[in-house]
Amino acid sequence: MTNTVNAADTGGATGAGAPAGGADLRLESITKRFGDYLAVDDLDLRVPAGRFFALLGPSGCGKTTTLRMIAGLEHPTRGRILIGDEDVTATRAHQRNVNTVFQNYALFPHLSILENVAFGLRRRRVADAEARAREALALVELDHLSARRPAQLSGGQQQRVALARAVVNRPHVLLLDEPLGALDMKLRRQMQTELKTIQHEVGLTFIHVTHDQEEAMTMADTVAVMNAGRIEQIGPPEELYDLPRTAFVANFLGKSNLFTAQVSGSTGDWLELGFGPHLTRLPAARAVQSNGQVIAGIRPEKIVAVRPGEPGPGEHGWTKVSGGRVLSTSYTGVSTEYTVDVPGAGEFEVFSQNLRSEVFAEGAEVDLWWDERNVFGLPGDSDTEAGVEEV
Amino acid sequence: MRKFDLSRWFIPVFGGLAFVYLLVPIAYIFVFSFNDAGRTNLSWRGFTLSNWQNPCGAPQVCEAFVNSLQVGVIATVVATVLGTLLAFGLERYRFRFSGTANILVFLPLATPEVVLGASLLSQFLNLGVELGMTTTIISHIMFCMSFVVVTIRARIASLDPKLEEAAADLYASGPMTFWKVTFPLLVPGIVAAALLSFAMSFDDFIVANFNSGPFTTFPQFIYVAATRGIPAEANVIGSGMFLAAIALVLGAQLWRYWRGKRVSAVG
Repeated sequence: MTNTVNAADTGGATGAGAPAGGADLRLESITKRFGDYLAVDDLDLRVPAGRFFALLGPSGCGKTTTLRMIAGLEHPTRGRILIGDEDVTATRAHQRNVNTVFQNYALFPHLSILENVAFGLRRRRVADAEARAREALALVELDHLSARRPAQLSGGQQQRVALARAVVNRPHVLLLDEPLGALDMKLRRQMQTELKTIQHEVGLTFIHVTHDQEEAMTMADTVAVMNAGRIEQIGPPEELYDLPRTAFVANFLGKSNLFTAQVSGSTGDWLELGFGPHLTRLPAARAVQSNGQVIAGIRPEKIVAVRPGEPGPGEHGWTKVSGGRVLSTSYTGVSTEYTVDVPGAGEFEVFSQNLRSEVFAEGAEVDLWWDERNVFGLPGDSDTEAGVEEV
Repeated sequence: MRKFDLSRWFIPVFGGLAFVYLLVPIAYIFVFSFNDAGRTNLSWRGFTLSNWQNPCGAPQVCEAFVNSLQVGVIATVVATVLGTLLAFGLERYRFRFSGTANILVFLPLATPEVVLGASLLSQFLNLGVELGMTTTIISHIMFCMSFVVVTIRARIASLDPKLEEAAADLYASGPMTFWKVTFPLLVPGIVAAALLSFAMSFDDFIVANFNSGPFTTFPQFIYVAATRGIPAEANVIGSGMFLAAIALVLGAQLWRYWRGKRVSAVG
């Protein structure tokens, strides 16, 4: 995985990326300032050709600014942008082989759907512009509406026209700026699948900017989590979720229980941790820091709650934390979400799949169990609230 | 239901009265254009078509009409072009004194026409410019331009800046973006501004009266003629303009209807 750059590497030196092949996109030490405001901070990024790449982050994290710099609608204060081996940093938007699906589509209201789609082809004097525009409209299943004006189409149809208008030019890189933000839930789900299918069919590099972690995880094969102008972590969705390297990623992508612990020793490939009166372990490879005070993390669905004294799901490699008390219970049907207070260790979120009918009531005593292979370790000075509820 | 329904009767009746109120003067002009008038056209003396057959029959009436048309067209073209550019500058760019410039553009709209006319006159006299068609056109361009700027600025402000970005994103250079996207979207505003300019220029009496010298515009001709009797030919010209305006509006409506039908038929 050439694009699996850890957060520690993203602030690194210029030109750190692997050698380019095909029309990869590379950002090298990109910085963008608006007056005193630092929107993008020394960002390095490499997107291999043909990827579905998501830039995920809360609003104001610099993801849209990054996208606009790739499109040529903004110019970086510092750094280089390369498409393939060509340095496009100094070129303007209309000179780049990059197209954008804008957030509110930005269809030309005075042109027919067909002419909207043919716009880019006509500017480049492509001979069979109309035929190719019709093909693109057929791809998004809107060829029967080619004579209409944008105002006569529904939101979902406009969205597809915007996609056709960009895809028809076969750009090296196709940018999607929160393209599903204006659609309702049902349509959004449908378009997620459709976008993914179209990306497969046309084989272009898609860069998708979104603040919706679920959208990023379901659609993209590589996700970059951005925060405050920097990339926190890059990787396939499963990897980011399983092994977050910063507190921000741990909290922004799903939920995490983060607690302060002391490394008390190590045996083989394992680090031993003490938190309050309790003990747990984690694989040394899953810890960013291997001595002193660390922040340990475990996902809520990885914790099993049982009645006090009852046997847990496993013996070896399992941590048992006893003395917990259920503070709140929230039954969602498919699962039950508990908040459990563990004396000396703080509160833990526990998501329990409703395999059995037993639901613990508020005030119930429970023991918590987890598989130690699921624990991850973050630097001891992490802000455990970073990325919480910022969606 | 047999009970008294306000909305059913009141609104059509009141609306009808309002139209009568608005249109009766125009009807008078139209009817009196067929009057077999002698020296004055104030009382009905019988029906004739001779006024329509020879609208330039009365001395100077057509000369004044052509003068006004010329002034109107030239002032409109110049004011629309300059005003559009000015509107772009004021709306799109922030520069030193742009706030002041904004206020100054509004000033001619707020100034009473008599004051405007009188001060323009003293300005022309002080500069030693001979009064005539040129000074009339210059004055008209001045006050028309303010209207153009106000109308078109509103239109530019309502343009979605993302559209121009989308054009740039789709390989359109700066000038190309302007001609293919910005300008077509501004055309309705520009047409409205131009029609308004022409109407104001054609309608103007006060400013022209100060600054036209020996040159006579159509309103000036009517005003002077009123003292000795307006010729029926003036009614013919007025009616003709009214009919032309109606034809223009109907034509535009029909075109839109036809286009809408064509679009939905194909779609």
